[in-house]
Amino acid sequence: MRSIINYLKEIIFGVWSLLKGMKVTGSYFFRPSTIVTQKYPSNRKDLVMFDRFKGEVVMPHNEKNEHKCTGCGICELNCPNGTIEIISKTIITEDGKKKKAIDKHIYRLSMCTFCGLCVKTCPSNALAFSQKFEHAVFNRALLIKTLNKPGSQLMKGVE
Amino acid sequence: MEEKEKIATPDELQEYFINMGPQHPSTHGVLRLLVSLKGEMVQSVQPHVGYIHSGIEKMCESITYPQIIHLTDRMDYLSAHINNEAVCLNVEKALEVDIPDRIKVIRTIMSELTRIQSHQLWWASFGMDLGGLTCFFYGLRDREKVLDIFEETCGGRMIVSYSCPGGLMYDIHPNFQKRVKDFIKYFRKILPEYDQLLSGNVIFHERSKGIGKLTKEDAISFGITGPSGRASGFSCDVRKHEPYSAYDRVHFNEVLLTEGDTFSRYIARIEEMRESMNIIEQLIDNIPEGPFTVKMKPVIKLPEGEYYQRVETARGELGVFVISDGNKNPYRVKFRSPNFCNLSVLDHISRGFKIADLVAIGGSLDLIIPDIDR
Repeated sequence: MRSIINYLKEIIFGVWSLLKGMKVTGSYFFRPSTIVTQKYPSNRKDLVMFDRFKGEVVMPHNEKNEHKCTGCGICELNCPNGTIEIISKTIITEDGKKKKAIDKHIYRLSMCTFCGLCVKTCPSNALAFSQKFEHAVFNRALLIKTLNKPGSQLMKGVE
Repeated sequence: MEEKEKIATPDELQEYFINMGPQHPSTHGVLRLLVSLKGEMVQSVQPHVGYIHSGIEKMCESITYPQIIHLTDRMDYLSAHINNEAVCLNVEKALEVDIPDRIKVIRTIMSELTRIQSHQLWWASFGMDLGGLTCFFYGLRDREKVLDIFEETCGGRMIVSYSCPGGLMYDIHPNFQKRVKDFIKYFRKILPEYDQLLSGNVIFHERSKGIGKLTKEDAISFGITGPSGRASGFSCDVRKHEPYSAYDRVHFNEVLLTEGDTFSRYIARIEEMRESMNIIEQLIDNIPEGPFTVKMKPVIKLPEGEYYQRVETARGELGVFVISDGNKNPYRVKFRSPNFCNLSVLDHISRGFKIADLVAIGGSLDLIIPDIDR
């Protein structure tokens, strides 16, 4: 007799626990405002990423096509896996002195681990992170980027 | 009299082997378990590790100390910030740098948020392992809120790289406190839903109670730490026994249970989420003012010697052992990873249970494979 009662008790408890779980899931049918899914590809236009999001490393240029990179190579030294390569050249300044400047600041996105050391250690704040996150390309060579724009110069006042 | 067709009893069954993994959803990564079975009963489990070996310890020998940080993110990717903190604390201990309170408090809050999001993902996948698909959606939905906090302050979602030797990469975002408070308020309301959905479910009880019992003695001798060890009554919380960062100024309970089965490992993690929220609540309103980083030398060189620092990650005790010969690169780095030790007990506790229970036991140990292989 006791075993039958226990058996029935177990069944009732089991059904009760299942109903309790169903109550949680069922209640979301009547609370559609709590659904948080983003409809990603269709909300691309008004999708705002957080301003610190590490999308890719960029070199901000001003409207006169000037950047702040002096070509000191600290970012290249600090990069853990050789993502950054600086090819420098010698230029002659207006007052006739020879000076080192960057020719190409090469950034290999495919190797970058987004540790942020290059941006943090840059002494002249020449590098920054952009919020672009759609990096898929068809050709691997497109992931090797030159950060300084063609014809760009060092900003005045940055040493 | 005709002889009846004989049905083999379990004792007479032939022993056979099954490869579980390396690509199996319930191993949560590329872990290969060579399971020896008799009928449906597990005779022994041999874990074969190394499928995602990335040589992190060796790589550390050729890079500088600030660069090691980003590699530790990739070991136990669910407690990325705590791994970062371990290396940073070790370097700071070696250089005898005084760390301001602000950094300590922010690091502690971040660690506890990491612990919560890790347990949320574990709850999600553990529920899915045992057939509760809804858990997966609910767990990931709530985890998204923590990841948003990380993304806003650290710039990364899982791979945060937020600590650096001598402090933090950036100061906290102005929205940080508000977001964390909102999250705690939200999650306090949501956590009872987890209990209703899974903790009280009768099918879940049948699948987890009494399965994979681990005694306290075995937990100690196998070196099982973290919630898995504490579920067996092994008091192993580094935050309590050897407080680092700001853990000495907060009050929290070490979750200790006695049964040591799959269900108590589950309860231990659920309770830990509550404790983590308590810790965050104590700290979030009084983050001291001050700098977010200490001025360090541009090239960090540790003095010659051996240094060890242990921290409590979401899965157990992580130890970082550094031998320095005075150069800018470490001579040797060894990580005592919690998952490797936790995996070693899988054979011991799953013997004699069914193969379906092996999934439950493996899920309750919460293994992260890159942390095993490093």
